[in-house]
Amino acid sequence: MRIATVCGMGFGTSMMLKLTVDKILREAGVDAEVSPVDLGSVKTMPADLIVAPADMRSHLGGSTVPVVYIDNLVNKAEIAEKVVPAVREVAGES
Amino acid sequence: MRDALLTTDVIRTDVVADDRTDAVRAAGDLLVTAGVCVPGYVQAMVDALDQLGPYCVIAPGVALPHATPDDGVLRTGMSLVTLREPVVFGHATNDPVRLVVALAPQDKQAHLAALQDLASRLGDPGAVDRLAAAPTPQAVLDLLAD
Repeated sequence: MRIATVCGMGFGTSMMLKLTVDKILREAGVDAEVSPVDLGSVKTMPADLIVAPADMRSHLGGSTVPVVYIDNLVNKAEIAEKVVPAVREVAGES
Repeated sequence: MRDALLTTDVIRTDVVADDRTDAVRAAGDLLVTAGVCVPGYVQAMVDALDQLGPYCVIAPGVALPHATPDDGVLRTGMSLVTLREPVVFGHATNDPVRLVVALAPQDKQAHLAALQDLASRLGDPGAVDRLAAAPTPQAVLDLLAD
């Protein structure tokens, strides 16, 4: 499974998200490739799931790939609550 | 690793900022003074806010403005300012901002440990309140070191 963590620049928030998502998936026993990308690249990058800060909703609304929006990027519980079910759902479909 | 990036000379408490641009500049200017980036990088952070919106307000009360290495980073660095009065950045759920951490990454790696460290500190309940109320840069560092 390929997961893209997104932010505007690809350096700060997408990296923070990647680190947290990696940790959460490890703990959940899920195997996935998590890549941080900037907004410009996410449209051309193949991914099965996108994880983004909530404020990017207006930029990602048209995505054909499922997007999980996170309000609080330092809240591991929120990220786990939203990402794990989304990952399982995507995995279930493929 | 975090300690190497955040030192008292890149931390300011009780900063007065009229709006989000002011707040980001305050944090950015510390980076310029410390030789971490060129002034253009600070403008790039402000531009990013205007063009992409306030997604950098990553948690309630906390903004993490940043741009890219090409915007003028000389070496990886971070700065932190606490605001005297909270400032609205325009984020749907995480406003207003009381803590601004400006990040200047020289690549995709060097700042990761510091970022992760900071993220886990900020995730502690009450952490943002305590940091925002810290009276001095040293007090901020002491709180982060806990």
